[in-house]
Amino acid sequence: MADDEEDIILSELDDEELVQQMHDDLYDGLKEEIEEGVNILLERGWTPYKILTEALVGGMTIVGVDFRDGILFVPEVLLAANAMKGGMAILKPLLAETGAPTIGRMVIGTVKGDIHDIGQNLVTMMMEGAGFEVKNIGINNPVESYIEACAEFDADILGMSALLTTTMPYMKVVIDALVEQGLRDNYIVLVGGAPLNEEFGKAIGADAYCRDAAVAVETAKAMMARKHNQMAAG
Amino acid sequence: MSDALSRMLADREWILADGATGTNLFNMGLSSGDAPEFWNVDEPDKIRALYKGAVDAGSDLFLTNSFGSNASRLKLHDAADRVREFSRAAAELGREIADSAGRPVIVAGSMGPTGEIMAPMGSLTHEIAVEMFHEQAEGLKEGGADVLWVETISAPEEMKAAAEAAKLADMPFVATMSFDTAGRTMMGLTSQAWATLAEKLVQVPEAFGANCGVGASDLLRTVLGLSSQGSSIPIVAKGNAGIPKYVDGHIHYDGTPELMAEYAIMARNSGATIIGGCCGTMPEHLEKMREALETTPKGERPSLEEIAAKLGGFSSASDGTEADAPAPDRSRRRRRRA
Repeated sequence: MADDEEDIILSELDDEELVQQMHDDLYDGLKEEIEEGVNILLERGWTPYKILTEALVGGMTIVGVDFRDGILFVPEVLLAANAMKGGMAILKPLLAETGAPTIGRMVIGTVKGDIHDIGQNLVTMMMEGAGFEVKNIGINNPVESYIEACAEFDADILGMSALLTTTMPYMKVVIDALVEQGLRDNYIVLVGGAPLNEEFGKAIGADAYCRDAAVAVETAKAMMARKHNQMAAG
Repeated sequence: MSDALSRMLADREWILADGATGTNLFNMGLSSGDAPEFWNVDEPDKIRALYKGAVDAGSDLFLTNSFGSNASRLKLHDAADRVREFSRAAAELGREIADSAGRPVIVAGSMGPTGEIMAPMGSLTHEIAVEMFHEQAEGLKEGGADVLWVETISAPEEMKAAAEAAKLADMPFVATMSFDTAGRTMMGLTSQAWATLAEKLVQVPEAFGANCGVGASDLLRTVLGLSSQGSSIPIVAKGNAGIPKYVDGHIHYDGTPELMAEYAIMARNSGATIIGGCCGTMPEHLEKMREALETTPKGERPSLEEIAAKLGGFSSASDGTEADAPAPDRSRRRRRRA
């Protein structure tokens, strides 16, 4: 049983075992072990991008699935994202140096009139945990703030959040403005927040409604993959 | 204990609480993005009307307009220094309406979450959270609230801080949490875990339960979970009037007054003593709820199937209280270093 198990020395594992172990360590939110694992893989000559996608994003995917399925909850996910962040801090400068493709860039904020930011802060942490670059522009954003931030940050994805039934219709105002200015097709628009649903997302012209932070990550990944494919084909 | 709520709980088989605060205030012209607490000072007549709406519809107890009156929330409106003023004013207006009701009506001082994530995951420490809640509690006490009403909490740590603040303010309190994520709170607490926690708080609440969350069905499943623990603390049920729906550019809660009347009866049958609504619950809902509670004798504890049949289905198959509830299933390959 547990007492008979021995401490595992990460550097003694072969690559495949080490990646498996890192997935477990992410699940358990062990930041130091993740940092150690990243450094070992770098020493073994792994590219930063391969470490990011296979060891870190792969592990966070498992966390995301269990969060989506109501097996893990916010506290565990925050711990996992924190461990992921430790690994990312090592990889980030190296990724920039090697010109690795980015997983995706997102601007997120609550809509004008809405001051409830806990949901989008969770999405930010989960998206960062999945390797996305996120600019969180905070609460109470008018149309102009979203559009400026997206341009400035060179975003692929625009995320809007609302907790109130009185503020969620503003999402349509933002999307309509994007359409008018001919910018709509530049971004994947994701919306979320407690009172929303899929029907609403469709009605206002968003690309998708995301029920929770885990679904936001999955949706963002799927849509970025589609975008990359289209670019390759086009 | 001789406070107004414990006296009423001793006298009565059920107590009708109030409904929505936000939904009502938006209908009176509150702009999205503004903190409702400013109205305690700037638009007192509208707050009186809010309270009076609930009392006239038959509520025995109403919550003050002070949900977000804490330093962390008011900071977003550059009003962190007005916590005490807004809280006091919220309770003073409440006292005025309750005292002129012509029957006993309880003024419950609403205290919502700070909106921050508590340490170690987040930045809010226990000490600061206690300080924030205590400041709000003192304001509510000065304004004449009968009881503090801590609501919509997700994190056990935050509830512990609020209980400590109630004790520091030497005030009785009621505590409800919001179960909106697969039948648990956002932080993963099950109804059963909440029942266990409530008994262990530094000051035991006069009543405890659930508010807001997903819909009326989910809320009743939580109440069943709470009452199954056999706690002697009275239970509160304050559910939303259905689910918000987007129709022609506007949002409507789909719960009719008739549905909420059905919900009130089933809430009592599920073990709740203090019964009210939350988002979307208007005076017309409260009237029907009162009528239903007065004209229907208490009945059998409903099954989950009955709840789903009468109020609609649940948002998740499990609420984490079943023996076969989903649990993390990772085979640990090693023992964690101590």
